Parts: sequence; structure tokens; C-alpha cells
Amino acid sequence: MSGPSTYVPKSAIGRWFESRLPIMGLMHSSFVVYPTPKNLNYFWTFGGILSLMLGVQIITGIVLVMHYTPHVDYAFQSVEHIMRDVNWGWFMRYTHANGASMFFIAVYIHMLRGLYYGSYKAPREVLWILGVVIFLLMMATAFMGYVLPWGQMSFWGATVITNLFSAIPLVGTSITTWLWGGYSVDNPTLNRFFSLHYLLPFMIAAVVALHVWALHVSGQNNPTGVEVKDVKRDTLPFTPYATIKDGFAMVVFLAFFSWFIFYVPNYLGHPDNYIDANPMVTPAHIVPEWYFLPFYAILRAIPDKLGGVIAMFGSIAVLAFLPWLDTSRVKSANFRPVYRVFFVVFVLCGIGLGYLGAMPAEGGYVIASRILTVYYFAFFLIIMPLLGLFETPKPLPASIADSVLARGGSASAAAAGAAHAPENK
Amino acid sequence: MIKTKLSLTILGLATALVAGPVLAAGGHDSKLPERQPWSFAGAFGKFDRAQLQRGFQVYREVCSNCHSMKRVAFRNLSEEGGPQFSEAQVKALAAEYKVKDGPNESGDMFERPGRPSDKFPAPFANPEAARAALGAAPPDFSLLAKARGYSRGFPLFLIDALPIPGGAYQEHGPDYIVALLNGYSKADDPNWNDYMPGNKIAMAAPLADGAVEYTDGSPKTLLQYSRDVAAFMMWAAEPKLEERKKTGFRAMAFLLVFAGLLYYTKKKVWADVAH
Repeated sequence: MSGPSTYVPKSAIGRWFESRLPIMGLMHSSFVVYPTPKNLNYFWTFGGILSLMLGVQIITGIVLVMHYTPHVDYAFQSVEHIMRDVNWGWFMRYTHANGASMFFIAVYIHMLRGLYYGSYKAPREVLWILGVVIFLLMMATAFMGYVLPWGQMSFWGATVITNLFSAIPLVGTSITTWLWGGYSVDNPTLNRFFSLHYLLPFMIAAVVALHVWALHVSGQNNPTGVEVKDVKRDTLPFTPYATIKDGFAMVVFLAFFSWFIFYVPNYLGHPDNYIDANPMVTPAHIVPEWYFLPFYAILRAIPDKLGGVIAMFGSIAVLAFLPWLDTSRVKSANFRPVYRVFFVVFVLCGIGLGYLGAMPAEGGYVIASRILTVYYFAFFLIIMPLLGLFETPKPLPASIADSVLARGGSASAAAAGAAHAPENK
Repeated sequence: MIKTKLSLTILGLATALVAGPVLAAGGHDSKLPERQPWSFAGAFGKFDRAQLQRGFQVYREVCSNCHSMKRVAFRNLSEEGGPQFSEAQVKALAAEYKVKDGPNESGDMFERPGRPSDKFPAPFANPEAARAALGAAPPDFSLLAKARGYSRGFPLFLIDALPIPGGAYQEHGPDYIVALLNGYSKADDPNWNDYMPGNKIAMAAPLADGAVEYTDGSPKTLLQYSRDVAAFMMWAAEPKLEERKKTGFRAMAFLLVFAGLLYYTKKKVWADVAH
């Protein structure tokens, strides 16, 4: 955490280096002695998993760039060259393509964990906002990456999304032309997307460093939402406790990831992206990647183009204001019975929007999208501010250590109760 | 109690909202293809060499008159995980094709016999020439088996991803191709196909019973031809399929054992702490 490091170098050269650049001390206080609440569950391993995924994406991406050609005439062909002729090329490409999906699965779990346990509340507002920035950068990176293979969905997805900017009054058309580098999505667009797709992950890495720094100043939240009161009683050192737990979770996640790479590598993709981009032929249904579907559904739910664009960007921007929209004194939803219900409905609403985003924008689908969009915004803008004022939270444990002891106690008490009262079964 | 009722009501409402449109939808204009018994489906799937060789024969004798296969080289036919013709066979086969090369010392383009390293020459010089001759440009064969598909819809499409029997299913493309080749149901309309989106297809039925002479005793039926050529097309689209699944087994075995070891190590480390 913050404050002077307790690291003592063992060797003379270590002491010499540490007095000039205390980087080992920084590592030591961040990943060895850093106190972690002892009651963290497995939802807290997704931060580590996300760092791992960022590393996987950067490494596979750098290798892919060695064989990829960012030109409208060669991009598709060079991807097929990777798949057919480059040693382990299929593995690199399937890992990178599915890695994007895994990254989003992990980040959605990570964000919903924060939403459920109130991790955005004081003193972690800056930490949360940095997370929203990372999420935005991730979305931009993933979108531009999907354009690079220059298949039909790449091309038409790029056309639809860049066209959104034309909805901006007065300057919209100029902005779109400027983004394209011409009058349609073409070679200049592909080239700049490639350039930015290579740049943004390093920006993500930099914001991740700030995110981790902010985390290590405020400390982790935990399932009770009660802050650490006594470091000795409430926490455990990061190493070995969190290291081994995170390591286990990472390997389980990698097994899940591998299932997709090796057995269903095209499950999350779209067949149309195995067709060369063709500006003269529009696919029957243009759908974005699954992780954008809820936002795509919000975009299409609004009958007005500009309104749709504002709603879509607003649905992400609203997250940055969560620390001030939530008026509850209690962080964790474990102690907020009513909020918990609204939270579950919110998750279902997100899944529903994702489903609707994949469906054609017609008839009942549009009406359902509108209802769910209203709920999405109402959850943040109406339910959260009001619920905090009216809801009666359950009593909080005095400390993390007390909650751990109480849980052990109540579990045995419940077992005893069941044994004594078999008629309640 | 009231809170439980409230939550149930909200849940029910949400479910109705999500499920309603699903039930209301439907009304496809084309039929859903049936699943075929693919030897290469599933986690341990492998191509059937004889089937790939027959499929290649169908491609060569029928399909290749109109369809190019520009991303596949002759040499691929002898590589592991494919039809695995012998290198001598591939060399002889390549030599039967004329390949444009050049320029030579005098600056002229010339034709020479094909070599195993050459890609399959296209039947037409460009898509425009194909369109002029046939009325529509036939799609290239190299990726067609991955560029076509169908969705079984929610929730069945979820099962297609799972590690269960009938899951891990990626063969929607070949299924579609077989269905399409068998989907010419109207004798009076050669461009009607039950499975083509919109039911209008530029290609008239390309295969019929007895169209190709098999030498290995396999049935000379339309269904057999279409299965064989679809399997061949899947290989052409995904030549590393067998290598991928084989590597996958090793990777999964390693990761699961490693996860097990880490789990018990974690238990040991945390054993003396209440948490």
C-alpha cells in the first residue's frame, strides 16, 4: 500500500540498486506484503485474470502483426496466410480473436462485481472512474481490431459505427469524412485503425497501472463492504494468500479460454467475416461482436439517430457518475435486500438487451429494446438515488474478522438446528 | 414475504419481456439444415481420408468448372490432416494444370505445367468473366464451409458451445452445404432452393445420382456426393482442424492437472486461516 516500503534488500547489489531506484520495494509492497481482506471470494480474482488477458492479447497481437498486411487488397489474404502457412499461426489468431471475447467476459464479471458490492463508493471513486476509462479504451480497441481482417462484417461494422458520428449536428459529416480519411470506409480507414489498434492496448496498460495504484492506496473492497479496521485481524498478505488463489483462478479461466480456442474457435464469430470485404454487397444482418450487443440494442431502441447515439454513449458514461448516483450508506448488496432484486433484474436486462441487439430491429424486438433501455437508465438514474434513501439495510458486521467468525459460527449453528428439527426439512 | 413476492413479480416480468419476442419471432423464409454425421465433429473429430479424397474428386470433376479455390495449394493435398495424397500423386496432379507465370527474360508471360507449390488455378480470369459466362460469379471454395452457417436460435445455440455429446459443434457450414445441394425441390424451377436465403439461387442443381464415378465402392448418390464434397470444403477452409483438436487435448489435460495441483496448494496455504 502507500507509505514507506518495508522491503529490505538481502544483497549488497540489491541495497545499492534500491537506494537509487526503489522498484523492488514497490513490487514488494504491491504484490507481497499488500494486505488483502481475508473474506474475498472468487469474484475478486478477475482483476488478475484481466491483467493476464491484457498480456495475452498484447503478445499474440505483436506476433500477428509480424505476418499481417494492413491494406485493403492484402489484409484478408494475410490473415488466411497466418491461418494456413504460418507455424502456429492458427493458434495465434484464434487465441487473439477469442481472447477479445474472454477479455470482455472477464471485464463484465469484474464490473458487475463492483456494482453488486458497491466497490465504486468512497473512497474508491477515482479507482472506479479509471476502470470506466479502461472499459472505453477496450471497446475502441476491440472495435478497431475486428475491422482488421477486412471481412464483410469488418467492413460493414466499421461503416455502421463510423456513420454514427454523422449524427452530430453541423459538423457530423465532416467528422465522419475525417475519421474515414476519405468519403467511405477504405484503405486510409484500415490503416489508421491498425495504427490505433496497436497504440490503444499500451494506453490501456498505462491506465491499468493507475487503476492498480489507486487500488493499492484505498485498499480492496470486500463482500461485506465494511472497510478494514485492523490490518492484523482483517487482512492477509497478498503473497502467498492472494497469489495462489489468483493463480488457481487464472488457470481455470485459461482452461475455459482454451476450450474456445481449440474446440469452438468460430463460435463467437460470424460466418460473414470469412467473406472478403465487398463495398457493393451488404450482408443481410449487420451485427457487432456479442460484447457490443447490449449497447447496439440501446442505439437502435431510440427512433432518432442522434438520440440513439447519445443514449448509447450515455449508457457507458453514466457508469462514471455511479459513486454520486448511489445514495446508500451501505456498500454491499448482501445487506441491501431490495437493491439486490433490482440488481438481478439489471443483469437480466443486460442479457435481454444483448439478445435483442442480435435480432433484427423490427416489431416486438424494438418495443422490448425500448422497455429494457428504460430500465437500464432508470436503474442508475432513479432506482439507485432513491433506493439509498428509502431502503432499510440489514445490520452490518462490526468488522471483516467478525463476519468471518460469524459465518463459521452460523454454519455450524444451522447444521445443529437442522439436526434437532427434522420436521422443518 | 412482500419483498419475495415483489422480486418474483419483477423477475417474471423481466422473463416475459425477454422471452416474449422469441416466441413471437419465427417465420423463416428458408428451411433449417439438418445435422450430418461428420467424422470431424466434436472434440476428438478427425477427417475421413477416403471421404476427403472422394470430395476432392467431386470438386475436380464437377465444382471446379465454375468455382475457384484460390487459397489452397496442390501441396496442401499431401499434407498431414488432409486428404493425404502421396507427394508423387500431387506432383502428377499439379502437372495436369496450366499455370500462368512470368515475365520471362524477354518480358513475356507464359504458361507452364503446375507445381505442388502453386495454388489451384481459377476457372475464370476474374469474377467479371465468370459473371459474363454464367450470369453470376460463383463464390470461391477456399473458405465457403466457414463462410456459411445457420443458427438454431436461442437457447439451442448455447448447447453448440458446450463440452457435452452433440456440443462443441462447429459444422453448421458443411450441414448447410449438404442441405443446399439436396434442396432443389421444385422440378419446374431449377433456381428454387429450400435452403438458400430467399429461396432463389443462381446455380442450378450441380450434382445428381451417378454424376461422379467413385472407385472405392461408395454409393454414387447425391447425398453421398454432397457429404463428401462438404467434408472436403471443410478441410479446405480449416486445414489445421486435426492439429488444433490434437493440441487442444494436450493443452486441456495440462491445464486441468495444473488447476488441480494449484487448488490443493491453495487449500493448504489457506488451511490455518478463517476466511
